[in-house]
Amino acid sequence: MEKFQEVKTWYINRFESFERGLNGESKKPIHKFRKQAAGKIPELSFPTIRDEEWRYTDVSPVLVHKFDLYSISSTSDIIKKQIEPFLFNNSEYITLVFVNGIFNAGLSNIPAVTENVLVMSLKEAFEKHQSIVENYIGKNTAADSGIFSEMNSAFLSDGAFILIRKNTVVEQPIHILYLSSTESEIIIQPRNLIILEDNTRASIIENYETILHSLYFTNAVTEVTLGKNANLNHVRIQNESTKAFHISLSETAIDSSSVYTYYNLDFGGKLARNNFNAKFVGQDAECNLNGLYLLNDGQTIDNHTMIDHKHPRCRSNELYKGVLSGKSRAVFNGKVMVRKDSQKTNAFQSNKNILLSNNAIVDTKPQLEIFADDVKCSHGATIGQLDEEALFYLRSRGFSLEQARRTLVSAFAENVVENISHKAVLDYLEQIIQEKLRNENPLSESTVLE
Amino acid sequence: MLLEIKNLHVRVEEREILKGINLSIRVGEVHAIMGPNGSGKSTLASVLAGRDGYIVTKGEVFFNGKNLLELSPEDRAREGVFLAFQYPVEIPGVSNTNLLKTALNEIRKYRGEEQLDTLEFLKMVKERMTYVEMPQNLLSRSVNEGFSGGEKKRNEIFQMAVLEPKLGILDETDSGLDIDALRVVAGGVNRLRNKENSFIVVTHYQRLLNYIVPDFVHVLSDGRIIKSGDKDLAFELEEKGYDWVTENESEFAAR
Repeated sequence: MEKFQEVKTWYINRFESFERGLNGESKKPIHKFRKQAAGKIPELSFPTIRDEEWRYTDVSPVLVHKFDLYSISSTSDIIKKQIEPFLFNNSEYITLVFVNGIFNAGLSNIPAVTENVLVMSLKEAFEKHQSIVENYIGKNTAADSGIFSEMNSAFLSDGAFILIRKNTVVEQPIHILYLSSTESEIIIQPRNLIILEDNTRASIIENYETILHSLYFTNAVTEVTLGKNANLNHVRIQNESTKAFHISLSETAIDSSSVYTYYNLDFGGKLARNNFNAKFVGQDAECNLNGLYLLNDGQTIDNHTMIDHKHPRCRSNELYKGVLSGKSRAVFNGKVMVRKDSQKTNAFQSNKNILLSNNAIVDTKPQLEIFADDVKCSHGATIGQLDEEALFYLRSRGFSLEQARRTLVSAFAENVVENISHKAVLDYLEQIIQEKLRNENPLSESTVLE
Repeated sequence: MLLEIKNLHVRVEEREILKGINLSIRVGEVHAIMGPNGSGKSTLASVLAGRDGYIVTKGEVFFNGKNLLELSPEDRAREGVFLAFQYPVEIPGVSNTNLLKTALNEIRKYRGEEQLDTLEFLKMVKERMTYVEMPQNLLSRSVNEGFSGGEKKRNEIFQMAVLEPKLGILDETDSGLDIDALRVVAGGVNRLRNKENSFIVVTHYQRLLNYIVPDFVHVLSDGRIIKSGDKDLAFELEEKGYDWVTENESEFAAR
């Protein structure tokens, strides 16, 4: 019997009751998508460290729990005041708020923009834009995207739906806020569908936050499709409860001359695993991938990224930075594939880590596979401690050791986000970073390593 | 007495570098420490500032009556010691302004003084920039990052001008500077010089001392001060070379 058969059976049974609860919903065409995914689950296995892609991250802590589906009847009455700390600026931002994975219209702010900008819950899109949803959902996810992704598809119920029709610039940033507020152990499975047609520009902030800091499991999938000459700034902030589990899959297709700038920022979670896959489906396009993870005692974060250069003259710049304190663990596995026909590719990848404690562990594996001959590519990884000479320099100016350390760590981390153009988002992130560095006082316990 | 160094012995790893330094500096004095490469000049500067890896095996250092060697590097800075680095460190992501503001407020806090408000601070900073002809844009840039050699040294003196130490230690501030930059840097130091502060100017060449005229010159050789004099000693050294003093060392010591 396979190792996690019991929990798998649990989720298969949950699907049956979920399906019954759908009532009329299950008659709709979209349900075929759920059924198809659900049909794969019995044949799939939960990963173990024997699987190459999960070598360094043991997910059994997630699988010893039997997370239940969240039922709307037990909706906690979150009020506007409680979500304020997580908002940037209500009037300027289009905001979609989800509580425990379910869209909350009362807390959201979706001003009528133009008919070229569709922003709504996926549930609403099932009704209003059924054929678009059917066209795009699952289009970017690979056939072998794994059991967590199939679970997300099987339990498809809500998420953000954003469609920017061609020749449209959206000035207001779109903020998708996922807020957990639960006392029971639940699984939250958001599905985001983001489509930018040709000649468009938009900014999206996808934000996972918590109110009750409890134990739950977020299993999210975000699909992004960029047409030709589209420009998307996408900031993803994972600031879940440090008791919670977070597994995510981001699948992005980038067409000709488009620019996709992604920020993958992890602060929360007991165990978080992000799979990020971007593929170029046209030439002359660009993908900028900026990652940051700040880990305190007891946290694990695993980032797997894949950028697939399938067409000529595309550029990718990837920089992931991590700061680890206490007993924490990070994994970075970054793959860049440069296929045979993608001449004149520029691909750069770098992973830099600072360890603030003797008990922190980083496993980093930058991978570059090149099958074209006229390309410029580089990759590298560093794991180190704070620069002794810089510490002494600051102390010789009157900084305390603690302050000197914090200053250097902040500078290292904030460098990843400094180009985010929305001031409110930047301020928000700086606040999280400072708080994170202050919390549990990770800096004072550590010693400067020789 | 501002600084009193008594029979200071220092080793780095297994090697003894300073072999009994005696030096007294009064408030308002400028002392030049000269000497050949490897004589221990920079070691002396580093030990006074509290750099790691220098082990004091014997001797004492008092600063304003306090045992300097017992203080952390930051407390030495807060007491009024400032080291202008021979190789200023680049600190990406930390702006010059932030460094100075934090440093100044830490020093003021230690002394029980009010924090400086931002406007006052900026006004003072802008005034001090003129001491070393610092371009405004270097203020908002990361500390020393991408600065030229000359800009880095100017930045050290500028920081000193803002922090107003009681004792400024200039560790080979002239190294790598062309004559124009040297004049600017020295001009900054002279502008800061007054009856209430003191300086130790560590240099290999007499050249800098044309601009920063010292009250005393000491020659360091093999970890000891082998000759002391006034500014004329520097000229003599320039003319005759270090061999002249080191050869006469036995005679000098005997006297």
